[in-house]
Amino acid sequence: MSAIAASGLRKSYGEIEAVRGIDLTIEPGETVALLGPNGAGKSTTIDMILGLAEPDGGTISVLGGTPTAAIDAGQVGAMLQTGALIRDLSVRELIAMVASLYPAPLAVQDALDLTGLAEVSEQRTQKLSGGQAQRVRFAIALVSNPKLLILDEPTVAMDVEGRRSFWTTMRELAARGKTILFATHYLEEADAYADRAVLMAHGAIVADGPPTEIRAMVGTRTIRATLPAAELDALAALPGVSGAERRGEAVVLSCSDSDAAIRALLVAQPDARDIEIAAAGLEQAFLQLTAAA
Amino acid sequence: MNAVLYTRFELLRTFRNTRFLILSLGFPVILYFTIAGSNRHAHVEGISFPLYYMAGMAAFGSMSAMLSSGARISAERAVGWNRQLRISPLSTRAYFRAKILTAYLMALLSLLVLFVCGSSLGVSLAAGEWLKMLGLMLVGLIPLAALGILIGHLLTPDSIGPAMGGGVSLLALFGGAWFPVSGTLRDIAQFIPSYWLVQASHVATGGRAWDAKAWVVIAAWTLVLTALARRAYRNDTARV
Repeated sequence: MSAIAASGLRKSYGEIEAVRGIDLTIEPGETVALLGPNGAGKSTTIDMILGLAEPDGGTISVLGGTPTAAIDAGQVGAMLQTGALIRDLSVRELIAMVASLYPAPLAVQDALDLTGLAEVSEQRTQKLSGGQAQRVRFAIALVSNPKLLILDEPTVAMDVEGRRSFWTTMRELAARGKTILFATHYLEEADAYADRAVLMAHGAIVADGPPTEIRAMVGTRTIRATLPAAELDALAALPGVSGAERRGEAVVLSCSDSDAAIRALLVAQPDARDIEIAAAGLEQAFLQLTAAA
Repeated sequence: MNAVLYTRFELLRTFRNTRFLILSLGFPVILYFTIAGSNRHAHVEGISFPLYYMAGMAAFGSMSAMLSSGARISAERAVGWNRQLRISPLSTRAYFRAKILTAYLMALLSLLVLFVCGSSLGVSLAAGEWLKMLGLMLVGLIPLAALGILIGHLLTPDSIGPAMGGGVSLLALFGGAWFPVSGTLRDIAQFIPSYWLVQASHVATGGRAWDAKAWVVIAAWTLVLTALARRAYRNDTARV
């Protein structure tokens, strides 16, 4: 039984096709990053997995049943992208209030300890900093003690320290066999913490595999050169170049074959200066894949 | 799930909001003393002015209290809390129960405060009459509980203030809370729940404060508003 199995999933809001027929299967115990720029359809996909949005087409099953059945059984914990906390309760009270909704929650103190909230547990929720509030939202997702944990942009608003301790906790949870799906546009997070990265752009999945494999799928190098007057279209059409992008006076070429690309570039643009050739990170892989979609 | 614990936190939150408590309890009291205090010996509709107006202001205050659940729901939706609840096993029934219970406790407090104010202006009823009036008013508030949840799921926090202020004022006006209604207005008012809230004050005259029409009107409003509130809650899953 898959943790999540979606097939041909579609959703439109008015004229906008937010998700255009995606197939996605996530097995129990996997940690999967859902990557993509804003507007790629990540949050809409998550809304459908959680039963908050009804798909226009396709099927979705969560832990072997409908999303609603999985939610009602208390097997899914989630941290939504948008959302603040309700006021007039202490952190501990709010977590206890949420815990009271679930059949087999964690102890409130455990949830507080896991998320590093023990010190502020008696504070009212309206007095917390942005990073602390984000950790409370994480605690809310965790206290349900779910089989499947879904986090939409979990580290937004967290400081560096908060982010580090967040991912330490996530590693622990993954080690306990939880299935985790997190949406992010921090590529280094996907690279460092996910077994698998699913890239979305314009409502479709454009790549799906281990982060390393995705990097290998596309060009392995980029060429950067100062070229104020060059046409991007012409550069993108050079042999070995799969994408071109302007950054001020400079252009950055994503390359499938950087050797061929540099020869062609010097012929076509003899005045190119400050040339750098670098190995591409997931960032470039990401740009190249999503630009093509 | 542990519904009792959940409801307890819901109550704790509401009663910790002291500004809200003081304003919603205090305003009808000020109005009551201002208006009834200077007409202590007058009579309307065959009962003393302080009694009639006590029921009027109790109706006004308790209706505000019932609808204030809408303001809280709307604020919760605006911060995305409603969607957080939606991805928990909390059932529609348990959600409604907690909201209604909280609203009712606020309303009860508002009624009791006004009853105490009434006594201080010489309103004197037999224990049975007090209880009967309280009971009728609590029944008359049932449709308002559903209305509070309905508007909470339909309106945004910036529109709910005027909607509540205006709505409660109109309901109070047509119900005769400000001054007794007569003629055509009265014929219309009899189809509005707030009219019967104010009419509960007639327990003092020995007759029946409510006739069959009252029960039918309250039941009809309850059925319709509950169905609408349920639908509004079910459909309300989008990001606000």
